[in-house]
Amino acid sequence: MPAIKSLEELKRIREEALQKKQMKATPGNVQVIVAMGTCGIAAGARDTMKSVLNYIENEKISGVTVTQTGCIGRCEEEPIVQVMLGEQPKVVYGKVNVQAVEKIMKQHVQGGQPVKENIIQI
Amino acid sequence: MREIALHLLDIAENSIAAESQNVSVHVHEDLFHDRLTACVIDDGRGMDAETALHVQDPFYTTRTTRNVGLGIPLLKSAAEMAEGSFSLQSEPGQGAWVEADFRHSHIDRMPLGDLSSTFLTLLISHPQIDWTFLYRVTDKNKQSRDFIFESAELKSELGDISLTEPEVLTFVRRIFEEGIQEVALQTVAE
Repeated sequence: MPAIKSLEELKRIREEALQKKQMKATPGNVQVIVAMGTCGIAAGARDTMKSVLNYIENEKISGVTVTQTGCIGRCEEEPIVQVMLGEQPKVVYGKVNVQAVEKIMKQHVQGGQPVKENIIQI
Repeated sequence: MREIALHLLDIAENSIAAESQNVSVHVHEDLFHDRLTACVIDDGRGMDAETALHVQDPFYTTRTTRNVGLGIPLLKSAAEMAEGSFSLQSEPGQGAWVEADFRHSHIDRMPLGDLSSTFLTLLISHPQIDWTFLYRVTDKNKQSRDFIFESAELKSELGDISLTEPEVLTFVRRIFEEGIQEVALQTVAE
């Protein structure tokens, strides 16, 4: 891919994103954290991460921070995803496959209602 | 672990834990010499020679949640199963260089796997790192094709716009998917 063309495209994308940001009120701090220790990766955390990103792309949701953490000592529950919505306490989900991601993103990240059946206690 | 790309994701996480600023991930499929080489190079805190030996032992880890660390031993054994080798060079304060090498045509060589997803995951998860991703394919006629991505330019262009804005995600994902496919296609055409 020619570097200059992609850089121009990037500038356009940046301006679009900026405009959108000004129009929309910030929905508060939303964080999705995928566990990426050796255990998580072996259990499919990369696919889980990919599904989170795909969801954001397809549904065009702005203002979600996606990040990662290491092993949290519950390897048998991997892939583990944690969701933090504003000031609310962190919710930890276990065995988050592609279907579970859809549900968590729709119901919790967008709708504000934790997905009870996937929550694990740590 | 089913893919070399997944191992790279795992090994690169070690670089982050070592407080690196710059991390390079290089993959070279060399059909001329029948080798596949994958390495992760960082400028993190590094380790002394004794620790460098220890990390290749599954019953050693710096983590406190349990007493085993499998990342490096798993990669080492995967490489050795495919007439390859593993090396880790490091000094305290001098970063680390982890390299695994495989015989490309070996029946037990793990597939390279989804390199673009590994690169995307690393970039998104650790936007503070200056990443260099290099994927090189050398064909049987010794002709090489490269895919190179450096995150510093992207970051300065984006300014305070997050990488997880949907438009930006689409843009970055395409760079990886299309760029890697373009280089990898040459392998298929062999």
